Amino acid sequence: MMKFLKKFYIVLIFIFLYAPILTLIVLSFNQSKTRAKWGGFTTKWYGSLFRNDQIMSALYTTIVIALLSSLIATVLGTMASIAINSMNRRMRSVYLGVTNIPMLNADIVTGISLMLLFIASGLSMGFGTVLLSHITFNIPYVILSVMPKLKQTNQSVYEAALDLGASHLHAFFKVVFPDIIPGVLSGFLLAFTMSLDDFIITHFTKGPGLDTLSTKIYTEVKKGIKPEMYSLSTIMFVSVLVLLIVVNYIPSKGNKNN
Amino acid sequence: MKSKSKVLSTPYTIWAIGFIIIPLIMVLYYAFTEKDGSFSVSYVAAISDPTNFKALMLSIVLSLISTIICLLLAYPLAMILASSGVDRSGFIVFIFILPMWMNFLLRTLAWQTLLEKTGVINSVLKYLHLGQINIINTPYAIVLGMVYNFLPFMVLPIYNILAKIDKNVLNAARDLGANEFQVFLRITFPLSIPGVISGITMVFVPALTTFVISDLLGGSKILLIGNVIEQEFKQTNNWHAGSGLSFVLMIFIVVSMLITNKYDKEGGAVL
Repeated sequence: MMKFLKKFYIVLIFIFLYAPILTLIVLSFNQSKTRAKWGGFTTKWYGSLFRNDQIMSALYTTIVIALLSSLIATVLGTMASIAINSMNRRMRSVYLGVTNIPMLNADIVTGISLMLLFIASGLSMGFGTVLLSHITFNIPYVILSVMPKLKQTNQSVYEAALDLGASHLHAFFKVVFPDIIPGVLSGFLLAFTMSLDDFIITHFTKGPGLDTLSTKIYTEVKKGIKPEMYSLSTIMFVSVLVLLIVVNYIPSKGNKNN
Repeated sequence: MKSKSKVLSTPYTIWAIGFIIIPLIMVLYYAFTEKDGSFSVSYVAAISDPTNFKALMLSIVLSLISTIICLLLAYPLAMILASSGVDRSGFIVFIFILPMWMNFLLRTLAWQTLLEKTGVINSVLKYLHLGQINIINTPYAIVLGMVYNFLPFMVLPIYNILAKIDKNVLNAARDLGANEFQVFLRITFPLSIPGVISGITMVFVPALTTFVISDLLGGSKILLIGNVIEQEFKQTNNWHAGSGLSFVLMIFIVVSMLITNKYDKEGGAVL
């Protein structure tokens, strides 16, 4: 009886979480333009989605910003983690406290604070300001992923490498870096997905001419939902699914012990 | 060693000052000055204006309700997930976290499609000759949207902490004569509090400050504090008023963090 109840509860929540997504997927193949009735199977909305230049250029912008911002954030964040790791207790807590601000603060406040900064400094709102903002909210995720790995590394090994005549840089890349790669990679991926998904901060820091997918979806949906949005949802859901399966299950086969 | 760490920390120090600290100081500056630059508390005091105050109260009430519903739904789920076999649960947990990675706007759009007057749910109900539901553009729809969007954020930290609890501790309690209810009340729940706390912050703060969910599911008539701030910045371009209200919002966030941290003995070890 208890077992049945548990299964029943799991299925119930599962339906709650996935029924809306399934509805979007079904509607993306609906011939009829109204969502109230099923007008037969079609893939025409996918065609018109790919022919929509604005959505395609928003997709391009989204990917470029996500890639650039997560790469830069990974480099800056990893450097910062190493520095923070070798600081004394007080400095470390100051740095980690500041790092926590963008993660704990509401996105809307982070968004408007950056918007005020960009306007005051006379930067024109557009690709550059969005990129700077994305790097800013991505760095904390990288630091958060790299720090735990860095704590596990053995400082003596690094010092031994120095004693044996390696330069700081050489010792770092030969001895420390291989140990923290998993943290750096997961920080990069986390930053990448955060950037892909962000709407609120982009909304406040983008200029009128520029759109990422999220901001494009927002303006489109406010005008009224078009069936292309459903095909876009389906494609995004399937890509996220594939990406997450690859990230979660391929590497874990190699090192089960971790 | 010291000089090396300076070289490494400098870029981030500059970045953090330039893009985290200075922007927040600018919000404070705009919140506490008039357009001519003179000091004033009128924009912060504007929170007592009936429209703004109503929006803030509604935001607090709706986000509290959503947080409680999320907790009530997520806790049993996390317990079931944590107690199922290790091999299987990996994939099942993955399934329950997956919607979190789907674009936030599209998840909200899905509910708009379902709830609309001529939407999917009503069409199905009509087909079955059952009544109609009219919750779109009401606070109910906003709460539903919040619960749907933020539920995984509650499940994940609670699951993480429950999965780490040593089963021997539970068995020891049982050996000493505790029944299942006592085991839960005296062992499982107290040990899971840090997870519950981080779940609560991860749901409450975004729910309190959202403007997208209320925009898409609440229609234009229901304003949350997030909507008011967004309009001040994007439509009326009154940055002083927007900053004043943001400052009030930040106070609420800080207070809620202080309250939750007080109960979080582990110091927020879970994410």
